[in-house]
Amino acid sequence: MFKLEPRNEQSLFFVYFSPFISVIMSIFAGAVMFMVLGENPVEAMKIIFINPLKSLFGLSELMVKATPLIIIAIGLSLGFKAGVWNIGAEGQYTIGALCSGSLALALYPISGFWVLPLVLIAGIIGGSIWAAIPALLKTKFNTHEILVSLMLTYVAILLLSVMVHGPLRDPDGFNFPESRLFHYSALLPILIEGTRAHIGTIFALIIVFGAYVIMGKHVIGYQIRVSGESSKALSFSGYSKKTIIWICFLTSGALAGIAGAIDITGPVGQLVPSIPVGYGFTGIIVAFLGRLNPVGILFSGILLALTYIGGEAAQIKMSLPSAITGVFQGMLLFFLLATDVLVNYKIKLKRFFK
Amino acid sequence: MSKKFIGGLLLAILVGLAFYYQAIKGEDVVIDDGVTKVGFIYIGPIGDMGWSYEHDKARLAVEAEFGDQVETTYVESVPESQDAERVITELAQDHDLIFTTSFGYMNPTLKVAEAFPNVKFEHATGYKRNDNTSIYSARFYEGRHLIGLIAGGMTKTNTIGYIASFPIPEVVRGINAAYLAAISVNPTVEFKVIWLNTWFDPGKEADAAKALIDQGADVIMQHTDSPAAMTVAEQEGVYAFGQASDMIAYGPNAQLTSIIDNWAPYYILRTKDIIDGTWKSTDTWGGIDSGMVELAKISDKVPTVIKNLVEQANEGIVNGTLHPFTGPINKQDGSVWLVEGEVASDGDLLGMAFYVEGIDGMLPN
Repeated sequence: MFKLEPRNEQSLFFVYFSPFISVIMSIFAGAVMFMVLGENPVEAMKIIFINPLKSLFGLSELMVKATPLIIIAIGLSLGFKAGVWNIGAEGQYTIGALCSGSLALALYPISGFWVLPLVLIAGIIGGSIWAAIPALLKTKFNTHEILVSLMLTYVAILLLSVMVHGPLRDPDGFNFPESRLFHYSALLPILIEGTRAHIGTIFALIIVFGAYVIMGKHVIGYQIRVSGESSKALSFSGYSKKTIIWICFLTSGALAGIAGAIDITGPVGQLVPSIPVGYGFTGIIVAFLGRLNPVGILFSGILLALTYIGGEAAQIKMSLPSAITGVFQGMLLFFLLATDVLVNYKIKLKRFFK
Repeated sequence: MSKKFIGGLLLAILVGLAFYYQAIKGEDVVIDDGVTKVGFIYIGPIGDMGWSYEHDKARLAVEAEFGDQVETTYVESVPESQDAERVITELAQDHDLIFTTSFGYMNPTLKVAEAFPNVKFEHATGYKRNDNTSIYSARFYEGRHLIGLIAGGMTKTNTIGYIASFPIPEVVRGINAAYLAAISVNPTVEFKVIWLNTWFDPGKEADAAKALIDQGADVIMQHTDSPAAMTVAEQEGVYAFGQASDMIAYGPNAQLTSIIDNWAPYYILRTKDIIDGTWKSTDTWGGIDSGMVELAKISDKVPTVIKNLVEQANEGIVNGTLHPFTGPINKQDGSVWLVEGEVASDGDLLGMAFYVEGIDGMLPN
C-alpha cells in the first residue's frame, strides 16, 4: 500500500522538523500508554512535562540535570558530524569527575579562589586523557573506536569504584565508600539562592555558543563537516583524517570531563561510586535529537532532562513505575530514527488499480 | 539560521525565563490537610524481590496499620548521586516523614534535612544524623551467624560460595559472621567470595553463582538483592540462602532459609511517633530481638540436629548470652582481634574492614 521512494535531494523540512514530530509522536504514544494503564493521559502529561516548569525548584533542577547532558552532547556532536564515533563519554565523564575530585581532596582544606578553576581543569585533562586512548589506538592500530571507547567506560567506572573504596575514602567515614565532602572553595557558586542551580549552567551556555561559532564559522568546523561527508574531500583540504579523529576525541573527552567535574563540584560535592548515572549514553540521544546542532542540542538537552524530572514526579504524584523515564527516552529516539527516514525518502501511496 | 537570529532567540529565552522566575517566585506552598504523609526512596525497583521489595512491604504495612490517617509515596530506582537530593527535596515539599533507604543517600538526606527543619527524616544504614534525621539499620550479621551454622552443616564439598556486593563493613561483617559460624560446626569448611560491585544485577549475580558452583561450592550465600543466584542454585541442584526477603518461590528445593529484613515494626513505630508528635532523632541498630532480622522457614532438608543448633543460637542472641563475634578471633593476617571471651564492640563492627583468620583471598581495597 505504501512505498518508500528515494528523494532527489534531502528534505530540509524533515531535517529541521523531524525532532519536533518525534516529540509529538512520543507524547501521543505516551498518552495511549497512560490510557492503557488506566491513568488520565492529560493529567499525566501535565505532571511530567508541565509541572516541573512551574516551580522555581523544578526549573533549577532542570538546569542542574540538563547542564551535563548538553555539555556532553555538544562534544559528541562534533565527532558524530565527522564520522568519529565516541560512545564512551560516560567513561570520560567518570574520569573527569575522578580527576577533579582527587585534586579537590588533595587540596583539602586549602581555601582560595584558584582552587575551583584548578579542580575543573583537572576534570578537563582527565576526560581528554581517557578519550585519547581510543584516539591513539584508532590512529595507530586502526582499532574500532566504538568498541574501545565503550569498553573503557566500564574500566573507568571500576577505577572510580576502586579509588573511592580505597585511597579516596573519607578517613572519618567508617570505611564506607565515599570521599569526604569537598571544601567550599572547591564547590561551584550557586546561581539562585536556595536551589542547586550553579554556574555550570553558564558554562554550558558558553560551550553551546562556542560550538555554534566553531562549527559555523571556523575552519576546523568546516573540516569536521567535510570529514563526515567524504574523506576524499578532506584530503584535498589539507587536513588528515587522523587530525580530525584527534580533535574530535580530545574535544568530546574534554567536554565530558568538565561535565563530570561540574557535577561533583556542583550538586554532589563529594566523590561517590555511583556518580556515573548514564549521562554519557543519554548524551548520545541528546546529540541526535538536537540534530548535532549546538542550538538544537540545547533544547533537546532540556527536554531529556525534563523526562528524568517528570518521570520522578509521575512516580511521586501518580505512583507510576520509574520505567516511565526510560520509556519516554526510548520512544523519542525511536520516533526520531523513524521520521528521519523521511529526510532521504518520501512515502508514496501505491495505487491498488492500474 | 543566522547568528543574529540565534543570538536574539537566546536573549528572548533568557528574558522570558527572568520574567517567569519573578512570576513563580515564592509559589511553593505546603498544604497541610491533617493527613500524615510518609515518603520512601528506594535504591532498586520494588520488584527486585530483595532489599527494596522489603522496604516497600513495610511501606504497605504502614498503610495497612494507619489506614486513612496516612498517605504514603515511594520513588524507586533512585541513583545514589546528584539525583537523590532532588527526589528527597521533592518529597520534602509536602511530606512529614521521609525514609531514605540506602547508604548513599546519607549526605543528600542531611542536606535536605537542614533545608526542611520541620520534616523528619529516617536514613537507613548510615552514620550521620541531626535533629530531624534519625538513622536505623539492622544487625544482619546475627542472621548471617544462623545461616552460617546451617551452611557449615549442609555442605558436602566443604565449599561455600559467597556472592558479595561492595566491600563495605556491613558486607564484610556478614562474610565474617557466616564464616565463623560455619567453621564452628565444620572446621574444614572453605569460603569462596566473589565481589560484584553492585547491589542489583541479576545477570552478574547468576554468573557469579555459576562460577562458584563450578569451583565446587554446593551452598551459595549472597549479599546482593536479586533472586538470580537462587534460580541458578535450583537449576544446578545445590543449596542457597535467600537475601533480604523469602525467595522460596525461586528455589523451592534450593532454599535452605532466607534472612528477611523486616522493616515494618520500625516504620510503623516511627510513623506513630509522627502522628503523636513524639518523634525524636534516634540511632537504632536492631537485631533478631527487635524483629528487624528474621529467618524464613528452615527447609525440611536441614537435619534436626542443625535445626536445634540454630534454634539455640537464635535464643542465645535474643537473650543476649550469645554474640556472633566472641573471642578468640584473629584477623586474617594472624594478629589478635578479640581475646578469649571478648565481645566485639559496636564501633569495631561498624568499621569492619578485614577478614577474620581462615578466609582466603584479599578484601578488595
